[in-house]
Order: sequence, then C-alpha cells, then structure tokens
Amino acid sequence: MTDDVTDAVAAEVAAAVADAHRHEWAFVLAATVRVTRDLDVAEECVQDAYAKALTTWADGGIPRRPGAWLTTTARNRALDAMRRDATLRRSLPLLLLDEESAMGATTWDDFVDDRLRLIFMCCHPALAEEARIALTLRLLCGLTTAEVARAFLVSEPTMAARITRAKKKIAAAGIPYQVPRAEELPARVEAVLTVVQLLFTTGHTAPAGDDLVRRDLVERALDLARMLRTLLPADPSVAGLLALILLTDARRDTRAAPDGRLLLLAEQDRTRWDRAAITEGIDLIREALARRHRPPGRYALMAAIAAVHAEAPSWDDTDWREVVALYDLLVRLWPSPVVALNRAVALGFAAGPADGLAALDALAAEPQLAGYGYLSAARADFLRRLGRTAEARTAYEEALLLTENSVERDFLAGRLRQLAG
Amino acid sequence: MSQYLILIYGDEASWDRTSPEFVEQLHKEHAAFLQANAGAVRAGEALHRTGTATSIRKDGGGVTVTDGPFAETKEALGGFYLVEAADLDEAIAVAQQVPAPFGGVEVRPIRAVDFD
Repeated sequence: MTDDVTDAVAAEVAAAVADAHRHEWAFVLAATVRVTRDLDVAEECVQDAYAKALTTWADGGIPRRPGAWLTTTARNRALDAMRRDATLRRSLPLLLLDEESAMGATTWDDFVDDRLRLIFMCCHPALAEEARIALTLRLLCGLTTAEVARAFLVSEPTMAARITRAKKKIAAAGIPYQVPRAEELPARVEAVLTVVQLLFTTGHTAPAGDDLVRRDLVERALDLARMLRTLLPADPSVAGLLALILLTDARRDTRAAPDGRLLLLAEQDRTRWDRAAITEGIDLIREALARRHRPPGRYALMAAIAAVHAEAPSWDDTDWREVVALYDLLVRLWPSPVVALNRAVALGFAAGPADGLAALDALAAEPQLAGYGYLSAARADFLRRLGRTAEARTAYEEALLLTENSVERDFLAGRLRQLAG
Repeated sequence: MSQYLILIYGDEASWDRTSPEFVEQLHKEHAAFLQANAGAVRAGEALHRTGTATSIRKDGGGVTVTDGPFAETKEALGGFYLVEAADLDEAIAVAQQVPAPFGGVEVRPIRAVDFD
C-alpha cells in the first residue's frame, strides 16, 4: 500500500469516527449507562470504544453500522470493568432504573433506545440550570469538559467541578434514569426544551466575545432538537422549538457583513436565507399549531413570528400587524417583560415609532429589564426615527454600556457616529 | 428503595396571624396527607418555634450552650416527614402534597452510614 492510500484510508476512518461521534454518541452512551449504572464508568467505556474504532476500522474496514459496533464495544468494555471492579462497584450509589433490562442485546435492533432516559436525567429540574446545560453538552453531545468550559467562557476546573457536582447529586439524590410518568411529562419536556433553547440562543448571539455566532453551539442545539423530534414525534412543543431554531438559523449567512458588522433584519439579503430550513420550519409550525394542540405552545408562536419574517419578500413588505398579533397572543399566554419588549418593537413598525416608544416606556419600570441592553437599543432606535437626537444618543450610550458582544458594540457605536454626523 | 427527609419550612411570624380554624384545617390536611401516603411515610413530627431552640457547640475542651437556633433565617424548620421512595421523582411526588402554607418543603436524601 502506498502512503497516499494509507493516508486516504486514515482520513476516511477519521471522518467516519467523527460522524459517529456527532450522531451516535448519545445512543452509545445511553446504552452503556444501562450496563454500568454509573456515568463516569460509562463515559470512559464509550471514549475507549471511539478510540478503538480509529485503529480497528483502519485495519478491518468501517462497519456497516458504526453505531452498533460502538455500542457493542462500549458495552463489552463496561461488562469487563464491572466484573473487574465488582467490589468497588458495590460501594458506589448506582443510578436508579427500572428493570426493563436489555443486557443480552447482541444486534443493533435489540438495543433499547435509552436516549430519552439520558435526556430527562440530564435536564432534571432538581439540577441547577447551568448544570443541566453542562451535562447535556457533555453526555448527550459528547463534548469534552474543556469544550463545554469554552462554550460558557469559564475555566476548565470550574466546569469540571460543576459537572462532578451534578453527577454526585444525580447518584446521591436518586434522580432516576427514567422517562417521567405521563402526568409529569409535559413539564419535564418543557425543562428539556429550555436547555436546548438556551444553548441555541447562547450560540445565536454569543453574550460576549468577538464572534456574533457560536456556530458549534447552534449546531449542537439543532442536533438536540432533531433528536428530540425523533424521540417524541407527537409532541407539539418539540416541533415548535425545532421550527423556531430552523427559522431563526435560516438567516445565519446574512446576519453579519463580510467585515463582521452586524446587519439588521432590514438590511439582510433575503435571497441568501436558507429556503430548505424555512420550508421545514413552516411545515413544523403547521403541525404544532394544529387545532388539536390548543392553546398554542410558546415555541410554536415564536416560530410563527420568525416565519412571518421568513416569508416576507422584503423588510418593507413585512406584515407587522400579524407580528404584533402573534406577540399579543404570546404575552397573554406567557407573560414576560422580554416578550413585551419585542412586542413593543413590533408595534413601533406596525403603528409608528411614537406608539412603539410609548409601549417601551411602559416597560421601563420592569426590574427584569433593568440593565437589559436591548431595551436601551430599541428606545434609541425609536428616538432616532422621531428625530429626538440628543435622547437617542444617551440611549445608544446606555446600550453600549450593557452589551459585551463586540459585533453588537460596533453596531451601536456606528449608530452613535451617524447621529453625531 | 431510598429514604428521604422532607423538611417543612415556613415563616414563623405568619403563624401569629392564624386563626384556630386555620390550624384545625391544616391538621386535617396533614391527616389527609398521611392517609394518602401511608405506604411511604416512616415518621413525621412538628417542631416548636425556633424561640424554643437551644444550640450547643463544642469548642476547645468546653461546651457552649446558647439560646436560639443555629442560624437565624426568615423561614424556619417547622416539621418533617421521613419517607421511603424508589427515587427522587417519587419523593418529589410525595413532597408536593405536604401542606406548607407559609413557605415550602425541602427534600434531602438520607445518606446510609455504616457505623460498624
């Protein structure tokens, strides 16, 4: 074999392992946790299986079902480890799972899909929100602790301590490795979706740093939403969240100019929006807003608002009355100052900046909006359009103080310069 | 099965404003809770106010006895139930039913300690 051929094989294997890492990690880990009933041991075995794949697949070829190969390999390692450390294992608190055991699984089809159990465990409301997010990235997406730490701009030891603490709580408090009972399911699905949405929004507009978008986090959120859609196909809120992510992310290539400058919805090149994602999103909204799912879910309504923009051929053709009507519904069903702020902004476009400003000023006393940069930025924009330049300048300066994303900061500074000129 | 302690916290000042009818109703609610969860509850007691608490600390060779609870908080421990549950979800399902009109409850897993 020539070196070229060897290199080509190695590259092909590396790509296959990377692909399996992205798409099969949660399945392989969930199936292995069932054997070990211990998260750390399971993670080690799964990591070993992926490492082994790199060499074994290079020698013997890529298996027809990489996920099955990885699952079998990881579970065999786990069984070995369990036998070896039988005494040690007895002293650790084991994860609680009902005895619907598939220990004897030998073929791919015999493996029980335990991903839902893993998801509900990672996103259990008894865990702190930041711990849920960290566990989700680590256990469901297979990110390393270092990667999770980078995603949330904390040091690796801090993140490692957070993950260890969460795992300890799961074992000690007895957070079960189970799908919740039917009566608890809607609330628990909601807790899972909150984690996915937080990941997405963190990625969509990074709270700090030099890039507007953290593409890695957006991709993970999309992967997770798609996974949930596969696992809970009848759930309208899952369909709603997937639609929201698809429709928002459809604008990804147009949100910043080539020089990195932030482009507003009004300035974006709509011909470059991802039409396939928009179509998929709109189909999902139709399903989520079907009559049998009344009242409509939060994410489906937010997705419907994104769809109004996605379907408008230009900024000037935007159906702002429809946007305001959707926000009215959203505010009524899920009252939140941030939603009310967005409604006020939409009203400013539907009825004019004076009405928008009045609606914004009605929210000025909301404690949740104190220190919220978007409120100042929205006020600044309405004041600018009303020709109240001095007040607009103050508001832009306020907004500048409140954002740490450098792309957003550049945008606000640019507006300030325009006012001066 | 695991054991969990459900700690009932509440604002003690609120008790001063309750009527005898309210207290009677609350007792009925606890009785109903006990009846509904007879299979899970292993023990349960109500506590006197924190004004009756005595703290004891050992430092150096001596023992200091002082009036009052360990930590002054707005919401004080007022009672508890010891329950048995398969997992945290089951414990939460029981804890949700505990009457706690002036605060809430906290669920803590019991740690099995081998004293041998």
